[in-house]
Amino acid sequence: MRRRVPLTIAFLTGVVMIIQFFIPHRFSKDFYFTLLDWYIIVAAFSLVLGVQSLVHVHIHRIRKRREGFTFSIVTILAMAITAVAGVFFGTGKGSFFIDIYKFITVPMGATMFSLLAFFMASAAFRAFRARNLEATLLLAAAVIVMLGRVPIGFYLFPPLPNIVEWILSHPSLAAYRGIAIGVGLGMIGTALKIILGVERRWLGERR
Amino acid sequence: MSILPPTGVRVFDTPYDAGGSITVRWEPSKDDSIIQGYIIERSESPDTGFVAIGRISHGQDEFTDNTAEDGKTYYYRVRSRRGEKISPPSSVSNPIRSSPQWFHLGKINVLLGIVIFTAFLFYFISRAKAGKRLFIRKIAGLDALDEAVGRATEMGRPILFVPGLSSMTDVATIAAMNILGEVAKTAARYETPLIVPNCDPIVMTVAQEVVKEAYTTAGHPEAYNPDRVFFLSSSQFAFAAGIGGIMMREKPATNLFMGMFYAESLILAETGAATGAIQIAGTDAAMQLPFFVTACDYTLMGEEFYAASAYLSGEPILVGSIKAQDYSKLILLVLSLLGPLLYFYFRLEIIKSLFAIAR
Repeated sequence: MRRRVPLTIAFLTGVVMIIQFFIPHRFSKDFYFTLLDWYIIVAAFSLVLGVQSLVHVHIHRIRKRREGFTFSIVTILAMAITAVAGVFFGTGKGSFFIDIYKFITVPMGATMFSLLAFFMASAAFRAFRARNLEATLLLAAAVIVMLGRVPIGFYLFPPLPNIVEWILSHPSLAAYRGIAIGVGLGMIGTALKIILGVERRWLGERR
Repeated sequence: MSILPPTGVRVFDTPYDAGGSITVRWEPSKDDSIIQGYIIERSESPDTGFVAIGRISHGQDEFTDNTAEDGKTYYYRVRSRRGEKISPPSSVSNPIRSSPQWFHLGKINVLLGIVIFTAFLFYFISRAKAGKRLFIRKIAGLDALDEAVGRATEMGRPILFVPGLSSMTDVATIAAMNILGEVAKTAARYETPLIVPNCDPIVMTVAQEVVKEAYTTAGHPEAYNPDRVFFLSSSQFAFAAGIGGIMMREKPATNLFMGMFYAESLILAETGAATGAIQIAGTDAAMQLPFFVTACDYTLMGEEFYAASAYLSGEPILVGSIKAQDYSKLILLVLSLLGPLLYFYFRLEIIKSLFAIAR
């Protein structure tokens, strides 16, 4: 019973959604958007689970004085201050809650994003070492594309931008499409296996 | 000098829609090159009461009226416009009513594709059930999973499994959960700690259930620690920073990145590489594949990622589904080769509609 109910729900929902995809009638659209609304409501409730997990894990770490427990104190404090600011002082324009978002969350996110430049440099250093034929081809393609994308490339060799366009729109795009077709079929296959109950690992169960 | 109106105004119910829409088409005015555009007028009577319902620039010959009421009869006419100058109206269209449709004929190719795929799926599953052995090529990244878990065991360090940044509605996350089940089973067998940080509370709940079941199946339910499958952050870069911290503090011997990843993929994979962990990534995000290929030891690309569950379990029925995928891909390959040939040399319009994706 514990297994049959979710399997039946998955089957019925999957079949209904496939049928819905082929029906352009307003009734079908309304049904689709109602289901989306349900998902948003369920997702909102699930946030409680997330907060509960976050608090539990970090309180446990603080109690046990595990390595890096001070970060857990910062996490719990940050969450509590943000929650209090939002619940008691509002989330409107100019509120403390929005200030936290604008002056702490956004800059910290941007900082992490900026680190990408350094990670790219270190990854490129590793990737572009000509260890074998494939790595050498990768290195050659990368050098051509990088040079062709900057003015000096055109200055050194005028046809270079056109060569770059060709690399991106032919071999590169062909490989991308090959992956995309495989991904599409893989997605359909996985979805059908779940709808038909062939794949049950998402329930934590072997067949 | 007066300007000429367009001619041959014709109307039809917009095909395959939810109703409330009528499409108006016309032959452009002979003055199309000197006018600014057209004014579309509508009335419920053919003689009087025409009201402007939309404007469109010159060079266009179609307008979709999305303000129509289903079942009501409408008449349309079009005028040319140049600054303040408005041409006399075109002839009035035939009467038309909008109505919703119950089947989208433009998606019949998708339906055909699903039917063929499902037929293959049932055929190969039945063959697998009958005991027919189905061959699947070696996937190095998946073969290395056991080795990666074994390495973590030998080093006495945990395994880190990151199930991507997407929600449970994403098929990639579902595929990641399937792989997590197999990894958790092996980890339970070797009694190696498994850390699963999540960025979505629903994914976390599913991951907890999957890991718990895997530990029970492996015969070590007591080794399951729910605190190791936890919610980290729903913010993309906070999640990346959190995982970076786990990598640096806990020093996992094996990092597995499975699911949907975005710009943070390189941050995760490079941090992991810096700690010396063996890394296996699997994603259908084609844009992130180069980053994973660069920084990870093995990468499951696109369909390999979706095949992982079947490959790892070796269950004939699941392997049968991979065969169905392969044969569908073969059909697509043949159509991709024949399609341009049939279209460009034999002008078979049906080929074009076969590949067209209707909205």
